[in-house]
Amino acid sequence: MSDALKTTPLESLHRSLGARMVAFAGYAMPLHYPAGIVSEHRHCRAKASLFDVSHMGQGVLRGEGAAAALERLTPADVQALKPGRQRYALLTAPDGGILDDFMVANRGDHLFLVVNAVCKEADFDHIAAHLPASVALERLDDRALVALQGPAAEAVMRRLGGTEAALLPFMGVADVTLAGIPASVSRSGYTGEDGFEISVAAGEAEALARAILADPDVAPAGLGARDSLRLEAGLCLFGSDIDRTTSPVEAGLVWTIGKRRRAAWDFPGAERVRAELESGPRRLRVGLRPEGRAPARAGTPILAADGTALGEVTSGGFSPTLSAPVAMGYVPPGFAAEGTAVELLVRGKPLPARVCPIPFVPHRYRR
Amino acid sequence: MSELRFTKDHEWVRFDGDVATVGITDHAQTALGDVVFVELPEVGRVVSAGEACAVVESVKAASDVYAPLAGRIVEVNTALADNPGLVNAEPTGEGWFFRIEPANPAEAEALMDETAYAAFLETL
Repeated sequence: MSDALKTTPLESLHRSLGARMVAFAGYAMPLHYPAGIVSEHRHCRAKASLFDVSHMGQGVLRGEGAAAALERLTPADVQALKPGRQRYALLTAPDGGILDDFMVANRGDHLFLVVNAVCKEADFDHIAAHLPASVALERLDDRALVALQGPAAEAVMRRLGGTEAALLPFMGVADVTLAGIPASVSRSGYTGEDGFEISVAAGEAEALARAILADPDVAPAGLGARDSLRLEAGLCLFGSDIDRTTSPVEAGLVWTIGKRRRAAWDFPGAERVRAELESGPRRLRVGLRPEGRAPARAGTPILAADGTALGEVTSGGFSPTLSAPVAMGYVPPGFAAEGTAVELLVRGKPLPARVCPIPFVPHRYRR
Repeated sequence: MSELRFTKDHEWVRFDGDVATVGITDHAQTALGDVVFVELPEVGRVVSAGEACAVVESVKAASDVYAPLAGRIVEVNTALADNPGLVNAEPTGEGWFFRIEPANPAEAEALMDETAYAAFLETL
């Protein structure tokens, strides 16, 4: 492990739990704990799992016109976001490509942002460079972020004294005291399960994580299970399923574009989004179910039955819930219909697969 | 049954008469985690020493398995198709990958014995 890697406030906890640490986005992060990825994955679907996601970027936008300022960089309707509510949104480029996906919450007197770890420097620079004098961006580098995910997450929050958190609807946010520690909680996550993302001061992160892990329903889970869970849930990974070249239309993320924004066409990339909505995009993100057991990983070519190249797998692996391989990738719209037979070229061999709906495993959010 | 020999790529070899059985080591299966798929070579394929001839996939990633010795593949472990978890459960037993008829059995002399492999693992 390189000394140059950054660590999260939970570094020593991970090591004491026996985590296998790997480099991710410049951080030493737990890939898995002794239980292993599959067992951590299953535990999250059955009970509740705690993930350290402190490598992600947290920030605050404060000042007159903060929502309007952020709307100059995203197609989301930020101004319509009510206090106590959070939204999933995209940062888009003028050419319609996706710069990152992020969460934005209205906390009354400020907006709270969570951006991807790999993009956080670029995102915060980008946002800061486009703010009017009345709006300030403050990075919250002194805060940790953990995710408690799974059907038992709500009961765990209650047992920690977080009744306000347990009462939140999906995408609700509130300040909550958990095990005596003040935290900012949103009812959201990246697993398809009900759950919470909990922002806490770095100095109190380990105490809070230990209090959560002390609950008999909770087990720690690493980045490996986080990735297999989000893949089953059909959620995009920035840098794999969405990037500078993919548009919100191609990625199936038009729902993140506010209605008002789609009438005004006043966001970066509006021209491309509008053209693709009117004439159809060049390609679409689809779910894929390979036959047999061989996983088709990111980069696997997708071919038509006659051998014509259609596109590539962008995320692929083995679904512990389905005990079968699953993948997402891009194909031309003519091949995007459910049930379309395609071939995945795995190690030079064409593997039959079918286009299927995503998510692969139904979401269980608390609506 | 003879003792195991090991490669630096974490395969093991066990000679039984003229045929060598090959699998991946306990260290390798631990590092990989839950094995979800194994791709095995065709029976009859002639391989050279160090040639990638099988693939083992965990939830996270795919890894090549190399032929420890030159020779001809004479049998593969078809049980792994339905139960790849055998690689985790019994890496040096029921979780074997393939059997090879070595072109030159003396090649095995160059492989590590158990003590040497344990010492090698210490250096990683």
